[in-house]
Amino acid sequence: MIGRLFRDEAALLPKDAGGAPWLASLIAVLCFLACLAAVGAVAADRAAQGWTRALRAEATVQVRPRVGETGPAAAARAAETLAGVPGVEEARALDRRAAEALLRPWLGEAALTDLPVPFLVTVRLDRDGPASAVSLSRALAQAGLEASVDDHSLWRREAERSAAVVAALAFTAFALTALAAGAAVAYATRSGLEAQARTIRILSLNGASDRAIAWLFMRRYGLLAAGAGAIGALVAGALVAGLRTLGGPRGLTPALPLAWSDVILLSPCPLIAFTLAVLAAGAAASRRLRSATAGG
Amino acid sequence: MPPSARRVSEAPSDSPDAAVRMEGVSFGYAEARPVLRDVNLTLPEGSFHFLTGASGAGKSSLLKLLTLQLRPTAGTVELFGEDVTRLRPRLAHMVRRRLGVVHQDFDLLDHLSVWHNAALPLRLAGGRTIDYGPDVEEMLRWVGLGERMAARPSELSGGERQRLAIARAVVARPRLILADEPTGSVDAAMAERLLKLFQSLNRLGTTVLIASHDEVLAERSGATVLRLEDGELRS
Repeated sequence: MIGRLFRDEAALLPKDAGGAPWLASLIAVLCFLACLAAVGAVAADRAAQGWTRALRAEATVQVRPRVGETGPAAAARAAETLAGVPGVEEARALDRRAAEALLRPWLGEAALTDLPVPFLVTVRLDRDGPASAVSLSRALAQAGLEASVDDHSLWRREAERSAAVVAALAFTAFALTALAAGAAVAYATRSGLEAQARTIRILSLNGASDRAIAWLFMRRYGLLAAGAGAIGALVAGALVAGLRTLGGPRGLTPALPLAWSDVILLSPCPLIAFTLAVLAAGAAASRRLRSATAGG
Repeated sequence: MPPSARRVSEAPSDSPDAAVRMEGVSFGYAEARPVLRDVNLTLPEGSFHFLTGASGAGKSSLLKLLTLQLRPTAGTVELFGEDVTRLRPRLAHMVRRRLGVVHQDFDLLDHLSVWHNAALPLRLAGGRTIDYGPDVEEMLRWVGLGERMAARPSELSGGERQRLAIARAVVARPRLILADEPTGSVDAAMAERLLKLFQSLNRLGTTVLIASHDEVLAERSGATVLRLEDGELRS
């Protein structure tokens, strides 16, 4: 099979029978775009996982001091209580200045002077076995503290949903470009069959089966697509490598963190392009040859 | 003696089946006058026939029915006892591998060399170059193209192309040779030489059917002459 694939000492199809440079260029561009879409999907998923992991590893507790207890004292007691809960790595009470620094971007300097700033405790959770919001609330209640726990689940769900949408869009783009490449090959195969009608008739009359004739086109377009796919993947790989080098592990933007493994991810592109082209050419050739023989 | 023809002679010649049998065959294109009408024809294995008739009489259509390029609108066509009118189109190549066809316009592949054109039926049948290579070379030498094996068909004269088409038709040791106007584009001397070539193949057991408008050549060949007139066969 492999031997037959590359045996071309006297190609039965003329060199210019389809597979023109325009098709190779088109497939190379489509493969380049498909590679970028694939890397985009992987990077979006990686970013979402990073954000989710960061959100899952933190919780914020707002403490409401009881009568006779100051806010900073209640916050300090809450931090001490939470530090002892399994699944908590660190609990730290924010002083007023730190709390104001958090609120300043949202409320502005003027509002802060008149506003009762909440007493906050930031909790860093164990990444492998984080404490749940329920266990934190229970511990605070048992310590006689009135407080509300925010485990960032709302933001986490939003981040996960956004990442899923981006990944779905990237996958759709990948599938559409693959479909476009397949359609281009199918179109080129049909054109090639039309243009080579005389050659096909001669081959057929000399004993070539429809399957053998279809294989000629499958082989021609499969190898062409593999070559074009390799070029598209190489260019995309160079671009990804460049961005990874320029931007470091976080990429040029935190929304698309790139990894060196993304370059390796592109390596199956020529094989995928070959398979897709072989299937598209085979389907187009078989349909065309079947209708030709049925028509007599 | 051509190497392939030598092997043809080894094929069983006492088969009870005729090489070709057509019964009640009609053919026509939609809404046009029928090209062939109620043709009944039997060619015994090892026979030599000329099919003559004026241009448009239906000679080429009859040959196309035998090479499965056309299907009859009525009647049956049998090749070596097999009803090919009921054959699935995708299996046509199995029948065609038993035929050697010389086309009116040679039908050579211009992008292949003389050698590769002659070897085409053997290559398409799945043979290996190392096995069929010597046969191809011997066949080309036999038809006088031993010195032109590397040439392209476009570099050959009309007579050389004709001989190449014949070499290709017989190289795979077919049991039946169908030739459509094989002497149509060559001079009288070359036509005579080609006729002798077909006669020698026939003497070795190959069934030969030649469609030609050249009635003089047909009479001189000593073969059975069939005449097509207005789509009807008269012997």
